[in-house]
This record gives sequence, structure tokens and C-alpha cells, in this order.
Amino acid sequence: MSKDDGMTPKVLLLGIGNLLWADEGFGVRCVELLNQRYRFPANVRLMDGGTQGIYLVQHVQEADCLVVFDAIDYGLEPGTLKQVYDDEVPKFMGAKKMSLHQTGFQEVLAMAELTGSYPRELLLIGVQPEELDDFGGSLRPCVRDQLEPALEHALTYLAQRGIEVHPATAAETSLGPQPLQLDLYESRRPSANEACRHGDPRFIRLVSGEDSG
Amino acid sequence: MSSILNASQLDASGRRIVVDPVTRIEGHMRCEVNVDEQNVIRNAVSTGTMWRGLEVILKGRDPRDAWAFVERICGVCTGTHALTSVRAVEDALGIDIPYNAHLIRDLMDKTLQVQDHIVHFYHLHALDWVNPVNALKADPRKASELQKLVSPSNPKSSPGYFSDLQNRLKKFVSGGQLGIFANGYWENPAYKLSPEADLMAVAHYLEALDIQKDIVKIHTIFGGKNPHPNYLVGGVACAINLNDTGSAGAPVNMTSLNFVLQRIKEAQVFVDQVYIPDVLAIAGAYKDWLHGGGLASQNLLSFGTYTQVPGDKSTDLLPAGAIVNGNWDEVLPVDVRDPEQIQEFVSHSWYRYADETQGLHPWDGVTEPHFELGANTLGSRTNIEQIDEGHKYSWIKAPRWRGHAMEVGPLARYIVAYCSGREYVQEQVDRSLSAFNQNTGLNVGLKPFLASTLGRTLARALECQYCADTMEDDWHALVNNIRNGDSSTANVDKWDPSTWPKESRGVGINEAPRGALGHWIKIKDGKIDSYQAVVPTTWNASPRDHKGNIGPYESALLNTPMERPDEPVEILRTLHSFDPCLACSTHVMSPEGQEIIQVKIR
Repeated sequence: MSKDDGMTPKVLLLGIGNLLWADEGFGVRCVELLNQRYRFPANVRLMDGGTQGIYLVQHVQEADCLVVFDAIDYGLEPGTLKQVYDDEVPKFMGAKKMSLHQTGFQEVLAMAELTGSYPRELLLIGVQPEELDDFGGSLRPCVRDQLEPALEHALTYLAQRGIEVHPATAAETSLGPQPLQLDLYESRRPSANEACRHGDPRFIRLVSGEDSG
Repeated sequence: MSSILNASQLDASGRRIVVDPVTRIEGHMRCEVNVDEQNVIRNAVSTGTMWRGLEVILKGRDPRDAWAFVERICGVCTGTHALTSVRAVEDALGIDIPYNAHLIRDLMDKTLQVQDHIVHFYHLHALDWVNPVNALKADPRKASELQKLVSPSNPKSSPGYFSDLQNRLKKFVSGGQLGIFANGYWENPAYKLSPEADLMAVAHYLEALDIQKDIVKIHTIFGGKNPHPNYLVGGVACAINLNDTGSAGAPVNMTSLNFVLQRIKEAQVFVDQVYIPDVLAIAGAYKDWLHGGGLASQNLLSFGTYTQVPGDKSTDLLPAGAIVNGNWDEVLPVDVRDPEQIQEFVSHSWYRYADETQGLHPWDGVTEPHFELGANTLGSRTNIEQIDEGHKYSWIKAPRWRGHAMEVGPLARYIVAYCSGREYVQEQVDRSLSAFNQNTGLNVGLKPFLASTLGRTLARALECQYCADTMEDDWHALVNNIRNGDSSTANVDKWDPSTWPKESRGVGINEAPRGALGHWIKIKDGKIDSYQAVVPTTWNASPRDHKGNIGPYESALLNTPMERPDEPVEILRTLHSFDPCLACSTHVMSPEGQEIIQVKIR
């Protein structure tokens, strides 16, 4: 069963990650901005996928063309933007994970492939994060600087496929609850000390204020 | 087998095995065990390795917004935290919700329960019992015969169905990047199923993927969207319009309600024909594996859920109650407001209290991080080779009920319900036990059967069945109530903060897929003054307390024999049976593949 049957292909613009964990929020912030600024044709869907893991598989299966925004770990300089296409996007499964909550997006892609419903075209727009372990924190400047270029890449990719977008003229329904939108989210976030942003030294580099015990 | 409850009974002299997610993006839980000369686990140490400071990010925010934040704590549990949060705020402000909202919330909550239990079993836990590589050797005709035997009513049982699947699987394995199954202990003799049973289970893995996506569409109807459905303090965020002009535009109309009913019925069929038979088949094949009970035979806690008459907890389908010291003849009442009942201790946690021999009730909770390692730690602060469990060793606090470490979750709910005389639950459990004994020729009693890793897995499946069944009752109650002229879905009398008292406090409780969940809130001048969540995994993954009482994970691992200590299938089996909830920030893509866990033997 072909998904588009020669009809208009279904396009999904999917932002993933946890916006409570600093640069993890990059992907979600990208689709939030796209939604605020542009109007898309009916065959294009925007989604704040959060950290839904496995529960995103049906949306991947339904898409003919999938654009994923996410934080990536390619060992690059923090704040580096990278685009990965089609079969270059990693996909695999793990049986050794401790928790369902460790289902990465790679696993979602692998599952979709196993079921035989895989997007014909796939673009991953990823940024190398600077900081993930800052609960309640927001995007670091070098990652925030990549929001605009990331949107540009996505719009170019869509334009190459004949998909036209128009500027938003009126306020669109937000993708997520309003209090989570970037400006409101950031206006009341806790200080580094309150948020234990210096955290667990096994994972987080030491900064001043670290307990000497 | 007697359960070990106190650290003084443990033997840490044998070889130490460390199971640790290694990368920092995966690093949320670590487990260390000592095995004796026969490779039987004699000491177990569970460490939460990640600070998760929900309390601080909510302080000062609008209480009506808290649900949106807590919905992001956890990517998988989403709705359950949001529901518990709005309940806490409603409790603090004295808001009663309309009956429609009560029913719709239960329908959404049960939808999550059904979906989450199915996905947990097939997409996380099954691979502890099922060897998909072995499925490549199966004879599809024999798999077909087996399917007809274990579930005669399941129509997907032809030899062609299984041979098609096997071909797809072969193609996938040979053509994949790292391959779906590169990451397992597939040579380990701990796997006992026949190739045909393994092939059948792989088929159901894929079927489960299909059914879960259909059932969750119920969230889209009632919650506006999925992922991340909308919640509302005072009720639910969806308008009802059955017949009037304009009903086509309302999210809840007769068309969408009929759609919901269809999804409920599909879930019922899947659970009855596939999920329950699979769990019983696995239990039969692993009949000697009644390990992993731990505290389940001793101390169990449920906050109760699915209240039939709003406001009357005695009408909970799965009742609240506590069982302690292994006395299943007595279920004790639970009051989450009582400062003597629920307390969190930190003597073995990376937090600081003024007096660490005292526990604090969540309304008086303090979350002051204090990372400090004991003198017997091996390695360094940034590379711990072996943790010192005699000192502080976890980011998880130690919650206690009247001083007891308690297991929570589907099994706790089921044992409490069984011992409270709930007939539906008793009938399900008795039927399963007799099927197990009949299939295996054993004569296992109720307690050793239920209080085990397999019992935990079975209770989750039975609860999934109960939820799917009773969703239909909720659906009829909702439709009847609407037809009787009630279309109210929200009480907004106290929406405006000017109607609130200067100071108030409340508690929201729920039984989440993983167990008892509580959010305790204090509101002052219209803002959140303090917020403490005690989540199910806090109870189950709890470290020791100042008296040496050990928590459910640690207790459950004890006395379990391991086939190969460097391949901790048995540890994962038991930990997975609890369905651990860890911080969800694990979605960063990387090209090498996720090295999910690392095992070291010292």
C-alpha cells in the first residue's frame, strides 16, 4: 500500500527532545517557531513530539517525507548544525536498555522500517548541544543561534519539493501549552544553584559553587 | 523463599557486578550486585544517577499552569502527571469537577494505562524472555499450531502469516545497519522459548505496535491532541455537543464517541486474545523462574484509583491500602495527608536534612542537593567504579509508609485489591494461577506465584484487561449522563486567583501505570510556594534508609541465580518487571548507536 498513491505526499515536521533540559529543547523550539511564523499547505503537519519515544512511531509510519529537528551527538563543536539525509540517519534497536524511557528516536525509525512503513525521504536537522543536564534551563546561546539557520534549511528543503509556505498573518493555535513557550518558559526559571545546575560531577563538569564534600 | 528486608542481612563479600548506562545522556540508573560462588545475588544496590529538580522549576509559577510542566517530566507517562497536578490544585482550592469531567479523566487515564502496559510488555519487557534471533529458526507451520493452541480465538494464526513475517524478519536482519537484534544476549541459556514461540512473540510485537497507536487516539478526542493532551484545572478541556446545531464542530459528539467505543473494543480483543495468553505462555515456559518477589510478599502500597462515586474513595475499583510485614490478611487504611504516614528520608540519598534520622512529609519536603561519596567508594568522583552503599549513594530519596519501604505498581494494586476482596480481581488472579498450575503440572500457591517477577508482569496484563473492560462502563455512563442533559465539562467558579485564599495546600493522587503517584502543592498569593512529587519509581528504586530498610528493586534482586554474571539478563528481567521510569532526556541522536548499558565485574 503506497502512502501517497500519486497524491500529495504527507510531510511531517517533527521536533523532538525535552524542553525542560536546556539544549534538549532545540527540536521542539524549532517547530514552535515555524508554527508561529508560517502557514503551511494542508499536507504538511507540524508536531511537538517531546520525548514520546515509541509513541511517535505511527506518525513516522504515516509520513512520506519526514523532517526531524533534534539535538544530536556527532562529537562536533557545541552549536554546530548538521543535516543528515535519508539512509544516513541512524536507526537501530536496543534490547539492553534499562527503561522504556530510553527509547531513542533511532529505535522509532528502526521500528517503522520493520513494519514496512518508512518515509520515502528523511532529513534530520540536528545541533550539537552544549548543555543537557540543566533541568529547568533553556537553550544555550550557541544553540539558540542555530534556530534561524535550522529553519532556513527546512524551508529550503520544502521549497525544493515544491512546498510553499506563507507568513503567518494571524496568531495560530500554539503547538504546546502557552506557559511552555520560550519567552514565558524562560521568564521564571530557577537560578543555577536552585536548579542544581552544577549537578552530579560524574556527568557534569565542575563549576564554581560545587560542594567540596 | 523468605524476603530480605534489612541491609544487615546482606552479604557483600562476593564478586561485584556493575550494570550502568554509561553515557551521560543515558545515565539515569545504575545497579550493582554481589554474587556468591554459585552466582546467586546476595547484595543489591540501586542508584538513581540523575538529579531531577521538578520542585524548583515550579516554584513561583501559576498553579493553573503546573500540569503543562509536569507533563514534560516524563515523555512516556505524560498524562498521569498532568492529571495528578490538576487534582492537587483542585484539592488546594476546593474545586469539585463535573461528573462528565470525572468520567472523561478516567477514560483518558485508563487509555494511558492500557497503551502503556501493552507497550511495556511487548516493546521493553518481552525481550527479556523472547529471543527474536531464535525466531529465524522457527517452522511457520508449527508456530501456527502453537498460536491456535494458546489462543484459539485469535484469527492471525495461519502458517502463511508466520512465514511472511519470518521472511520480513530475515530480510530486515540481513539488510539493516546494525540490525534490530544486534544488541542482546541471544546466546544466553537464560532464554528458554522454542523458536516457534519466539516467532509468535515477534508477530505480537508488531501487532502491539499497531494496536497502541489506535487506542491512544482516544486522547486526541478528549485531550485535543496527542502527544501531550490538554488538561484543565476544574475539569477537562473539551466541549460536548451531541445533537444540537453545531455538534459537528464539537470535539465530543456522537461520531467521536462512537469512534472511542470502537477503539475500546479493539483493545479488549487484543488483550483477551493476545496479551493475556502470551503472558501465561511465557510464565509456563519459565515456570522455574519464580524469583524477583522481594518486598512484594511483604510491603505493598496503593493510593487507590478509578473512583466510581466522585469523592468517595471507598468506591475505587482498585482500592487504596497498605499491607505490611507480609500479612495479606489485613489491609491498612492510607491517608496521604497524614505527616506520620508518608515520609521521605535522605540518609542514603544525595540530599541534606537538618536531622537525617527524621523523615519529612512532602508538604514539608526539603530538596537540598548534597553530592558526597562514602569512604569505601572505589574510583573517583567522576568515575565511580564501585559505589559505597553504606553512605549516600542515590539521587532518589527514600519514601516510607509508617517507616516501611513499600512496593508500588500494578502488582501492589492487585494484591491490595485481592486482599480487599475485590471480586473481579480475585477471579482474574485465581483463573491465571490455575492455568499456570495446569500448564506446568505444578502446585504453586498464591503468594509465591504473585510475589515474583512473573507475578508483577502478570498483574500488569490483568490490570490492562480490567481497564479495557471497564472503559466500556465509563463510556456508557458518560453517554447516559450527557443524554440526561448534562453537558458540563468544567467548573470555572474559582478560575480567577482573586477568589483563592491567601494560602492553601492540597494533594493530588493517582495510580500511574508504574504505581502510586502523589503531588503535594502549597499555594501562596496565587503562586506555587512549594511543590513535591513522589513518583512510583521513587518508591520502587528507593535506596536504603537510616535503619537499613532496603527498597523494592534491591530486595527483588536478592537470591536470584544468574546464568552468566557478565550478561545480566536476570537483573534486567526483574528491574524491567517494575517498568522503571527514568528521566526522559534520552533522545539525542548519535551515529554510533546507543550503548545502552555496560557491565563490569570486579
